[in-house]
Amino acid sequence: MSEEVVVSVNNVSKDFILPHEKANSIKSLFTGAVKRHNVQKGKETQHALRDISFEIKKGEFFGIVGRNGSGKSTLLKILAGIYQPTSGKVHTKGKLVPFIELGVGFNPELTGRENVYLNGAMLGFSEKEVSAMYKEIVDFAELERFMDQKLKNYSSGMQVRLAFSMAVRAEADILLIDEVLAVGDADFQRKCYDYFKKLKKDKKTVVFVSHDMEAVREYCDRAMLIEESRIINSGPADRVAEYYKQLFSTEEGQVHDNQENQQRWGSNLASVASISVEVNKDYITINETIAAHKAIDSCVAGFRIKSATGEHITGTNSVLENHKLGKKKAGEKYILQWKFPNILSEGRYYVDPTVHSSDTSQVYDWWEDAVKFSVRKNRKLPFYAVDPSFTLVERKVTK
Amino acid sequence: MKNLRRRYRYSIILLKQLVKTDFKLRYQGSALGYLWSLLRPLLLFAILYLVFGVFLKAKGNIPHYPVYLLLGIVLWNYFVEATVGSVAAIVGKGDLIRKINFPKYVIILAGSFSAFINLLINFVVIAVFMIVGHVGVGWGALVMVPLVIELFVLSLALAFSLSALFVRFRDVTYIWEVIIQAAFYATPILYPLSLIPHKYAKVLILNPMAQIIQDARHVLVTNKTQTIYQVFGGDVWIWAIPLAVTLVVVALSVTYFRSRSKHFAEEV
Repeated sequence: MSEEVVVSVNNVSKDFILPHEKANSIKSLFTGAVKRHNVQKGKETQHALRDISFEIKKGEFFGIVGRNGSGKSTLLKILAGIYQPTSGKVHTKGKLVPFIELGVGFNPELTGRENVYLNGAMLGFSEKEVSAMYKEIVDFAELERFMDQKLKNYSSGMQVRLAFSMAVRAEADILLIDEVLAVGDADFQRKCYDYFKKLKKDKKTVVFVSHDMEAVREYCDRAMLIEESRIINSGPADRVAEYYKQLFSTEEGQVHDNQENQQRWGSNLASVASISVEVNKDYITINETIAAHKAIDSCVAGFRIKSATGEHITGTNSVLENHKLGKKKAGEKYILQWKFPNILSEGRYYVDPTVHSSDTSQVYDWWEDAVKFSVRKNRKLPFYAVDPSFTLVERKVTK
Repeated sequence: MKNLRRRYRYSIILLKQLVKTDFKLRYQGSALGYLWSLLRPLLLFAILYLVFGVFLKAKGNIPHYPVYLLLGIVLWNYFVEATVGSVAAIVGKGDLIRKINFPKYVIILAGSFSAFINLLINFVVIAVFMIVGHVGVGWGALVMVPLVIELFVLSLALAFSLSALFVRFRDVTYIWEVIIQAAFYATPILYPLSLIPHKYAKVLILNPMAQIIQDARHVLVTNKTQTIYQVFGGDVWIWAIPLAVTLVVVALSVTYFRSRSKHFAEEV
């Protein structure tokens, strides 16, 4: 890897103006001019990227990671010159080829052969150059017999194969690759990853947008994480991928099978059939399935959350939430979904789900430690189980 | 020169492929295929000749009226094809524009070129008509070259404006249809200019399309054609007006297209 910077992005921001009602007729232009006030109201600015700065050196395999809607694809389009940044500057050095999508310009009405020439032109190859590598392209795609058929008669797999075998021919100093490249069956994915390996071996500069952390870890030298239009982490790919996982992985809580340590009792008129917990950065969701084993007029279902040390942290039930669980027939099952803001601090938690009669006199099912889950935050709050994102402001007291 | 070639290499490669694709797809699924490039203006000519030449006797004292009419129709037809065909061109290529960065003017240029190929084919038909009708041609016919260039540039400039406007205002397509219809009658295509009162003729002929068509007829078909030169009583400088109109259209269109084309990807 050399020290030469080939991509430099300085303070780039991108806003999209979203009209609520698209003003694309001349009438609305005129009426809009009269009712200026309404027009202002009808627009909304969406900040897709805010103040993004970074550099990529020659020969680097650079990952851009982030969740859907975080702004990473917008950034890729700005690098490709498809979008103009609202403010800030982008400098790239050398020939840049974007793969936002495979087979750009493919026309279903043309034959495979004609599409090879058309797509080749999109990639910057003259007819002569395409002719020279035509056989290799077709061989690589394994489509010899189909080249004179119209593209619309190809299966989607065949189209992807043809497009991909064009893409790998692209001669570029900088390649921008969206994760869409790695779609398709296992065999095709292997081809893609072989291609990545080759790019890496050839010391190509690659910008790779993905949310497949395994791929990022394996191929990228460096990466950066974009969340809510900003860079929130950057550095060695391993570290960024780990950070991403901590922030966004939704972890399924696991049901204990270890019967000895569990305590469970009740008359079993109704019971908790299963329970699972989903955790993400913003919310915790508990899915509790209850099953009636005999016909019952009503019941109350709930749960309680305990910390790893056995402390009771919180809990609720259907009565407290003003939800009436009415008549259930024998054999019926219902899923109750409880959702609440993830204000728990980093750590491990246990859930005790319960079902009992509506007057609470009779326990149908009481299941201690039915499921455990863990919460990962980017900081650890010692001693306390609740971490409600404090803010702190210091102000000097004046007389 | 070599530098220029390298700079526009990508545009040229793209242009070639877009024109080819357009031609391949144009008459797809029609039994007569490319013959329609010839049949369409010929059939239109047959109808108009029957109505205006035979029934209404609008031909006045013009010799070789069939060739005279056909030439007008063919030139006008090019203008319509190049402008109307371009209105939705940028929006139609939206999918491409959103996924790859390439010079957008290539799309419009490709549209004009494929219409231009049609024009050349139609000129062959005109040549046949001229031979059959014993229309003599002198060196003056070479004036056709600058006239065709003027026609190409004017149509291309309008195509730039229309396609860029259409991205923001979808009304453009309807407005342009009406304008084209009005302009067809305001241009002396069917009728000889001498039928129009002189003071109106003076205004009509300033329109570059009227000037082009009348000049072309003058050099190719008959010197009885009333050109802008004759209407204004032999003042050479009068040609400056339609040319200036063309140049203004070019300047405005190129400026507008260039400033808008950066934002096409977000707007289409």
